[in-house]
Amino acid sequence: MALALPMLASAQQGESHVGKLSGQAAAGKQLYFRYCWGCHGYRGDGNGENGPYLNILPRNFVAATFKCRSTPTGTLPTDEDLYNAMTRGLNNSNMPSWITLTAQNRADLIAFIKTFSPRWKTDKAGDPINVPAEPAVTLDSIKHGKELFTKLECWKCHGPEGHGDGPSASTLTDSNDQPIRPYNFAAGSRFKCGATNHDLYKIFMTGLDGTPMPSFADVIKPEDAWDLVHYLRTLQVTRKSAELALWMSSKEGAEVVNAQKIGGTPTGSGIKQ
Amino acid sequence: MRTKGVFLAGVAILAAATMTTAVPNGGTVSGKVTYEGAPAKQKPIDMSKEPSCAKQHATPLTTETVVTGPNNALENVVVYISAGAPDDSTPPSQPAKFTQKGCQYLPHVLAFEVNQALEIANEDQTSHNIHPLPKTNREWNKSQPPGTPPLSEKYDKPEFIPVKCNIHPWMHGNFAVLKNSHYAVTQGEGSFTLPNLPPGKYTIIAWHESYGDQTQEVTISGNETKTVNFVFKAKPY
Repeated sequence: MALALPMLASAQQGESHVGKLSGQAAAGKQLYFRYCWGCHGYRGDGNGENGPYLNILPRNFVAATFKCRSTPTGTLPTDEDLYNAMTRGLNNSNMPSWITLTAQNRADLIAFIKTFSPRWKTDKAGDPINVPAEPAVTLDSIKHGKELFTKLECWKCHGPEGHGDGPSASTLTDSNDQPIRPYNFAAGSRFKCGATNHDLYKIFMTGLDGTPMPSFADVIKPEDAWDLVHYLRTLQVTRKSAELALWMSSKEGAEVVNAQKIGGTPTGSGIKQ
Repeated sequence: MRTKGVFLAGVAILAAATMTTAVPNGGTVSGKVTYEGAPAKQKPIDMSKEPSCAKQHATPLTTETVVTGPNNALENVVVYISAGAPDDSTPPSQPAKFTQKGCQYLPHVLAFEVNQALEIANEDQTSHNIHPLPKTNREWNKSQPPGTPPLSEKYDKPEFIPVKCNIHPWMHGNFAVLKNSHYAVTQGEGSFTLPNLPPGKYTIIAWHESYGDQTQEVTISGNETKTVNFVFKAKPY
């Protein structure tokens, strides 16, 4: 037993745990050098052969800074977070959905990409933030969310109507000094880190690390966060939702939505340089 | 008698301990940081997109990538001991304070120690996001609306970290996370003093955000003051 223990510990270094699945880095390595390295590179630093041609650079696994997390800003994501991002793909970037690979393959890949950065040896993944159950969608909730959108100055980047054309939008850069655009809600495309209200809650609470999108976990109370989620859905005027339908049924909501001129790309419409 | 002996020994140990911290034979390194050549002209900042900040400045602020004083003095240079002094095992209990006021970081360069508390306050009527961009420490990015309490953070590895606010792209600052308490940041006169140095050989580095760093070696033997000056070559761009 005493001899077996250190071996067990070293084996865990190259593992991932996603639900009931255990991924193995050794198996993931084969898959990585078949499917991933063209963009993410031989060393996992995002400098693959295709890397320079992509306008959102491939993730650098050596830096180990990740956008889509359930964990607080500045912490490592959980294995599930990485697995979900790979499964979903990252919308409005060149990262496709890898749902075509088996779940075991994806878990193995997660185990392997964690070997690129020493952070996985020194740091633990953060504790996922608590997301309380979603309250009912009401007009009051939407209206309060609208106030928060103004008060928290989401519009500085995302624009007063959520078109991604706020006063700071054209100046934004990611942490590699590459230009980056804020999300345009009106285009209605899927969010970078998921499709559900629960995902939207996590996006602004944990922030998208490596981008200008900060974490609001310290400054928004959970009940307020849900109000903001409900309002943000009404900004997706080209996408059907319970929130938008309810908002349109009110006089104020119908006026706000009908006054909008819809156009532009999923990330930023008609930004003035 | 016996109790008294123990007591006296205790006093002796206490006295010895006090002596080590005060370093009565400690030396001092002091000097001046200057530049030669023509530094890049700093540009005025247009804060018209943030009126609550713009009105706080009677004359527009300028960028602060190179700040100079009289007689070619160079400000905002971190002078610190990189080798020769032991790492500080316990960081100071006082937090290092970083303030956002008038859409400007005060101070522009903040030096503090590894694991020392860092307190970040927003005194403006607008939201800021504090986005330090470390390479060896963890990167985080937090929103701080007006009226919210100061953030408390720390860094566990030594590093020079640029800081920015994505909402107000003109806001730039720097954190210098250092391993020991022997450091100074130059002000208007460009001078610095590193006191309380026990005899020994030290490596002293002067770091400037635009001009990089310079290294000098100095040997302290006893209670003396050594002068070390740094001259940076200013680049006109």
